[in-house]
Amino acid sequence: MSGYARFKDHPEERRTFQLRAVIAFLLVLVAMSALLSRMYFLQVLENERYSSISDKNRIQLKPEKPTRGLIFDRSGVLIADNKPSYNVTILKEEMDGNLDQIVAQVGEIIEISKRDLERFNKRLKRRRRPYESVLLRSRLSVEEIAKLSVNYHRLPGVRVEADLIRVYPYGETLVHAMGYVGRINEKELKNVDERNYSATNYIGKLGIEKYYEQELHGTVGMRKVETNARGRVMRVLENIEPIPGKDIQLSIDLPLQQITEKLLVGEKASVVAIDPQTGGILALVSTPGYDPNLFVTGISNKDYSALRESPDLPLFNRALRGGYPPGSTIKAISALAAIDSGSVPETHTVFDPGFYIIADDRYKRKYRDWKRGGHGTVGINLALAQSCDVWFYDAAHKTGVDNISYYMDMFGLGKVTSLDMPEAIPALLPTKSWKKRRYKQAWYPGDSLNLSIGQGYLVATPLQLATSAMLLANRGVWKQPKLLMGYRDVDEQGNVSLTQPDMQGRNPVPENIQLKNPKHWDVVIDGMVAVVHGKRGTARKLGKESPYIMAGKTGTAQVVGIKQGERYDKSKLKKKFQDHALFIAFAPLDDPKIAIAVVVENGGGGSSTAAPIAKKVMDAYLLGVDPEQQEWGGEVL
Amino acid sequence: MGRRSIVTKDFSRSMQNSSSHLRSKPSLWSYTHLDGPLLVLLLLLCAFGLFVLYSASAQDSGYVLRQAIRMGIGLLAMIFIAQISPMFLERWAPWVYALGILLLIGVLLFGVGAKGAQRWLALPGFRIQPSEIIKVILPLTVAYCLAGRPLPPTFKQCALALILIALPTGLIMKQPDLGTSLVIASSGVFVLLFSGVRWRYIFLALGSAAACLPLLWMFMKDYQKQRVMTFLDPESDPLGSGWNIIQSKTAIGSGGFSGKGWLEGTQSQLNFLPESHTDFIIAVLAEEQGLIGVSALIGLYSLIIARGLWMASQISDSFGRLVCGSIVLTFFVFIFVNIGMVSGILPVVGLPLPLMSYGGTSIVTLLMGFGVIMSVHTHRNVVI
Repeated sequence: MSGYARFKDHPEERRTFQLRAVIAFLLVLVAMSALLSRMYFLQVLENERYSSISDKNRIQLKPEKPTRGLIFDRSGVLIADNKPSYNVTILKEEMDGNLDQIVAQVGEIIEISKRDLERFNKRLKRRRRPYESVLLRSRLSVEEIAKLSVNYHRLPGVRVEADLIRVYPYGETLVHAMGYVGRINEKELKNVDERNYSATNYIGKLGIEKYYEQELHGTVGMRKVETNARGRVMRVLENIEPIPGKDIQLSIDLPLQQITEKLLVGEKASVVAIDPQTGGILALVSTPGYDPNLFVTGISNKDYSALRESPDLPLFNRALRGGYPPGSTIKAISALAAIDSGSVPETHTVFDPGFYIIADDRYKRKYRDWKRGGHGTVGINLALAQSCDVWFYDAAHKTGVDNISYYMDMFGLGKVTSLDMPEAIPALLPTKSWKKRRYKQAWYPGDSLNLSIGQGYLVATPLQLATSAMLLANRGVWKQPKLLMGYRDVDEQGNVSLTQPDMQGRNPVPENIQLKNPKHWDVVIDGMVAVVHGKRGTARKLGKESPYIMAGKTGTAQVVGIKQGERYDKSKLKKKFQDHALFIAFAPLDDPKIAIAVVVENGGGGSSTAAPIAKKVMDAYLLGVDPEQQEWGGEVL
Repeated sequence: MGRRSIVTKDFSRSMQNSSSHLRSKPSLWSYTHLDGPLLVLLLLLCAFGLFVLYSASAQDSGYVLRQAIRMGIGLLAMIFIAQISPMFLERWAPWVYALGILLLIGVLLFGVGAKGAQRWLALPGFRIQPSEIIKVILPLTVAYCLAGRPLPPTFKQCALALILIALPTGLIMKQPDLGTSLVIASSGVFVLLFSGVRWRYIFLALGSAAACLPLLWMFMKDYQKQRVMTFLDPESDPLGSGWNIIQSKTAIGSGGFSGKGWLEGTQSQLNFLPESHTDFIIAVLAEEQGLIGVSALIGLYSLIIARGLWMASQISDSFGRLVCGSIVLTFFVFIFVNIGMVSGILPVVGLPLPLMSYGGTSIVTLLMGFGVIMSVHTHRNVVI
């Protein structure tokens, strides 16, 4: 070829081109068929698979939180409400990685505390659905909302969201009776049905709010929505409305609760009042209290440490968790144990010289009576009325620990018998075997003596004492102490109806107390009436001009031990070493409507401090008397 | 060299076609220098494109209007170019090519752009994208270089043509713009193939190209490597770079045989499909019109290619044939790479779907290419 000049051969060049064009077109057809068969593969053979992916893409389930049930007192006063509150939330997906910067910007506009930030970071780390916003700060003021909305354009992904939060209009008054809700944490989420709580921010942390959490919470709703790739809802396909939580009505009598709280102002004290006919708790007060509203959206460190470090222990629920030696208030049960077990006859009398010595005690240890000179010759009625220790020492020595703790057990001591107070503790009822286990020691006769006057190992809570008063009032018929009256429904006409909860699986009611001789109830109750109405009763001051007859028992529990041969001198003791003042009672005698236990820490004497409080609470409940109008003496009896 | 080749060609052309124009009276089409069937097919394609774009742009008639204006500009450019004699194009091609190369170097030195790529040259008042100029001019230049001598080209001519191709390809790859450099390289290579390069050279070149693939890998930018990796295993990064391909496959697959209906595609209407109105528009069509719609589009494209190749083979002079053949096959490359990418059989390369994807320059340059075909085809009988 080279060496010769080539000329253009046009027909040949054209033929070459045409051949190659045909080949090219065939290749194009092959390639197009390849594309088409790829499309056929995707669209026909794999159609089902991709259709379901596409549906999953666009359809999301958005949970909707149910409205929490409201709580009412026994007459229908709203005591736990839901109110709108505004929160600022962060949507991480819209921030393009500028999260820290934007949060800092928000922090310049509104106040965000270190604790808010800490919690925000914790929440951010939790598992969440894409495009689920994370709370940064709650309870925005109107001003803060305005400031934020002015700066909205600079803050992508920052939103102000409305939420219903729990509000306790009576704050401190009911906190120990009702508990409170707070923001749900990871641990709590694990213990509930996570699906049902997928939209919920709050959970009952204490008390009624915790115990009836399931009923108050309700059932989560679901909205089946079509969303775009950025998670924005475009269309609602299906809507399952959330079922609001049940409203509940408590047996708490709000005015009585408020009056009781006022009576205890300045004291570390507790009062529990029960309706003996139903077991419904009328008042449950523990002072000092605290404001539950602080806890709802998260309490600040400062507030919390102030509460925690207060020497008066406001966070401590004395009514349910305060273990006190019941002192002489237990004597009604000791007396019942003595006579009903047949250990002593009901006519048993003892001469009281001011002390008691166990007959075969080598050391001749003296068990003192609270009254130095003694009460002389004492029968059961006077023993109760005067709270004569020696009669009980003698009776207890003859009854023995087994009988005493058997009867005390029937009255619910040493166990939790209440229904819906999750914080209630069993406290302690000592037995022979318990002492062996606990101290590796035998039960000494002296222990029985102490037990019978409510000292020593025996510990009871105010709730347990009120329960024992209720059982005495009911003559052994158990009504389970509970706060719930029923689930509250209001029909269209505005009629309120209460439905009773299903009690299955809940704390069972103990069996009624069957005495060998039911007349023994009268013997003991007569003694308790004599405490208030008898000429020599320790609380006779209460009985004067009382329009109804009440049965009660005072008690004074030692805080510090008094050595053999020493005297208790109130004036010489600091307040915190003074005796606890206790009182249990029920009234009216023939048709008991209220049973009550009062414990005033370091209050001095049961008759001087605790009994008048109980009387005022009863007056308020039975007679509708406002104690602020009346002056009651507090002199030592 | 230029002058001599033109003389030879003019002479032979007038000889060969001296009687053909006397056989038939000039029709309307030859008077307007347009090709009727091709024009109708292109108009059909434009209409189809606007129809799909309305849905793909979230029913934004603004997009449709702007696209229609671009198509109008493109069609006007096509008609204008069809009036230009191929002689004129042939004469100016090398100079425009030289200018294009200078501008490309300018882009590398002073270019502006986005997302790590420099593609534009900012001149006072407006911005130009020199790679688009090269796209149009490269096949003309290579054809000019080859067609002046007897075909098939000698080894020397081939080497010269390959240098002419490699220069802009390399420069554009450096921008980096893999898709465009691929298109430009192939448009030049098509000229070579049509010129009658011996099969044994072609297979040799294919073999060595395959051997050079690892070298190419070394020169690729990280994001380009990422695309290839994602292509090989899209599930490895379903929310990152695999997202596009997973979503487009889902859109296509869920469309089924007859589609979800116009404006009813959930993948596209709810924004799961990225770039739904630009590079991934075929997925919208596939989702809403199903396999039927896709087949119609591919059929339409095939007809255009068939008509283009037929027109090319009717041309009597080598320069025109080579240019036309290259333009038609380049058109095909756009289609194949785009649909292959969206349906997941090719890696993600940013190439628009001709006359369907939203975007200005590609529509105008493509229609200008068809203008060149019409020009060459209708000017075949003209003797200068």
